[in-house]
Amino acid sequence: MTTERPIDAEPGLDPTAARVAPVAADALADEVSGANLSGYARLWWQGIRAGELGSLPIILGIGVIVVVFGLLDDTFLTERNFTNLLLQMCGIATIAIGVVFVLLIGEIDLSVAFVSAVGGVVMTLLLRPDDPGWPWWAAIAFALGCTTAIGFVQALVITKAGVPSFVVTLAGLLIWSGVVLILTTQASSVGTIRIQDETVVGIANDFLSATAGWVVAGLVVAGYALVELQNARTRRASGLYAKPVVVMALQIVGLAAVTFAAVWYVNKDRGVPKVAVILLVFLVIWSFIASRTTFGRHVYAVGGSAEASRRAGINVDRVRIAVFMISGFMAGVGGIMLASRLRSVATNTGGGNLLLLVIASAVIGGTSLFGGVGRVVSALLGALVIASIQNGMDLLGLASGTKFVITGLVLLAAVLVDAYAKRRRAARGVL
Amino acid sequence: MATADTPLLELRGVSKAFGAVQALYRVDFEVRRGEVMALVGDNGAGKSTLIKSVVGIYPFDEGEVRYEGKHVNIHGPRDAAKLGIEVVYQDLALADNLDVVANMFLGRERTRGGFVLDESSMERSSRETLDSLSVTTLRSVRQTVAGLSGGQRQAVAVAKSVMWDSRLVILDEPTAALGVAQTRQVLDLVRRLAERDLAVVLITHNLHDVFEAADRITVLRLGQRVAQLERSQTTQQEIVHAITAGTLDHVPGMEEPGRVEA
Repeated sequence: MTTERPIDAEPGLDPTAARVAPVAADALADEVSGANLSGYARLWWQGIRAGELGSLPIILGIGVIVVVFGLLDDTFLTERNFTNLLLQMCGIATIAIGVVFVLLIGEIDLSVAFVSAVGGVVMTLLLRPDDPGWPWWAAIAFALGCTTAIGFVQALVITKAGVPSFVVTLAGLLIWSGVVLILTTQASSVGTIRIQDETVVGIANDFLSATAGWVVAGLVVAGYALVELQNARTRRASGLYAKPVVVMALQIVGLAAVTFAAVWYVNKDRGVPKVAVILLVFLVIWSFIASRTTFGRHVYAVGGSAEASRRAGINVDRVRIAVFMISGFMAGVGGIMLASRLRSVATNTGGGNLLLLVIASAVIGGTSLFGGVGRVVSALLGALVIASIQNGMDLLGLASGTKFVITGLVLLAAVLVDAYAKRRRAARGVL
Repeated sequence: MATADTPLLELRGVSKAFGAVQALYRVDFEVRRGEVMALVGDNGAGKSTLIKSVVGIYPFDEGEVRYEGKHVNIHGPRDAAKLGIEVVYQDLALADNLDVVANMFLGRERTRGGFVLDESSMERSSRETLDSLSVTTLRSVRQTVAGLSGGQRQAVAVAKSVMWDSRLVILDEPTAALGVAQTRQVLDLVRRLAERDLAVVLITHNLHDVFEAADRITVLRLGQRVAQLERSQTTQQEIVHAITAGTLDHVPGMEEPGRVEA
């Protein structure tokens, strides 16, 4: 590393820096060389090679899926199917957000599918007009309270009794599947209970008007651009490295292109699904909490090294409990979405391959099973992949067995990528 | 180097037993501002027990702890941190998946509005601290710790310990896993801490480290202090002799402490 070159490369750098602290300028060399587009691309590539893959595998994966299923089936890329795909994805992605948090602290929650079912069933039972006929908001709030409490209780056992989360939530899986069965069979002899509230059914079955869809897309892009610009401004103001303007502009334009194209496409069909907007709101909130708050920082720290976190004075158990409560809460939200989409709950709600799809989504999205690495948005990306594969295989009329095998192989591939990336990261970390 | 007559930290006749094992027996220890006090001794000599007791992880059975000339009771790492005592543990206690800035502020994050991280402010301070210690080998403070070498990690851990107005930094075997060049850098860093008028306790096995970085040397043997030496007035042989065959006041296992030549 040379000391003189980087200082020329960054006109905004305080000229006195060269005189007072040549060593400091040296330390800055890499960041400063990232101030132009090619330098930024070079650093990004270095990161990839070092195992900091980010969302790259998933974006490649989505590309492959689009090409393969697009060629195999004419209807896969139609606007109607794209809208259906969004509807199928939202419940899974919502539950997967909670699972991402659990994976970030290096734990697992196998109970989410049936906890989500508990949320859907409790809400549906409370909504029955004859008995007890709760208003929709009260039924939803109570159902979410129940699923959050389930997360809390499971976390208490995990943290206070020191039992691995795998075992506790496996027990939870059995218990809550039993509870769903008991509740549904008690309430109805046929085991299926219809949701009789327009608002709740509308959650997953209503669409925004075309105009409203455009407004939402505009808000998303404008919001992202504002946050990025604000960030860059404060960083430059304090003399810190910020992303090159070109890169930032490209990212904003890229997001705008994807968002507006998606809205344009779904508007040709029925419009933007309401449930997608709800998912988006949760994604933004939880992403913010994970990446910008003290709590989020502690979640990553606990996943990276519980011992380091403890020594740093972080209450590790409290973080763990909060994360399992988030998992329970988001499972509840997802369960309500899924119930709303089917307009009913039944004895088999939460069963089938829901758990598999949710955990696969989180992992395929790039959240590491080893803890401490991943982003909330990976729940969305992973669910998009999973739902696309399911949807494409359904269109092709594949047998159930084949579908399971293929889904399993995709999950295995994602886990292998994760393990490989971790090895690359570790290879650099070791002396 | 010592600037004040009163030691910053002074232990008077401290003892600690675990069941039948007398880990420390009536040990005196002191460290002044601006000096590096090496704490040496063989395995099981009581170095770690002494340090863990100073920061309140184990309570002393008897004896007195004085800090800035005043009697203090330290009941845990938090009390120690309040007094400005920071320990850099052997296994570093960094979270690999977080970047340098996040690690340096872990558990003491700066926020706006109570919960939103103030990243620019933390990044600026991290860089200032690293620069002030002339830590020049880091490519970027936004690198994750997993990507750092052993020496760089040690540098981050040390820098973390001086960020908090700390006055006493205790380093537990900071060069144990390092190569020659990196050991050199870490020892330079240790000297720089003392130049900033901090009191530094350097726990080590390595006599090379002692002669490179220490001003004074305390030798523990079987839980007792057998020597306190000035580096300038001692030799490697003298220290080795103290570590392996130092004069004990008390032979472990005997009822009455008597004067016994070991």
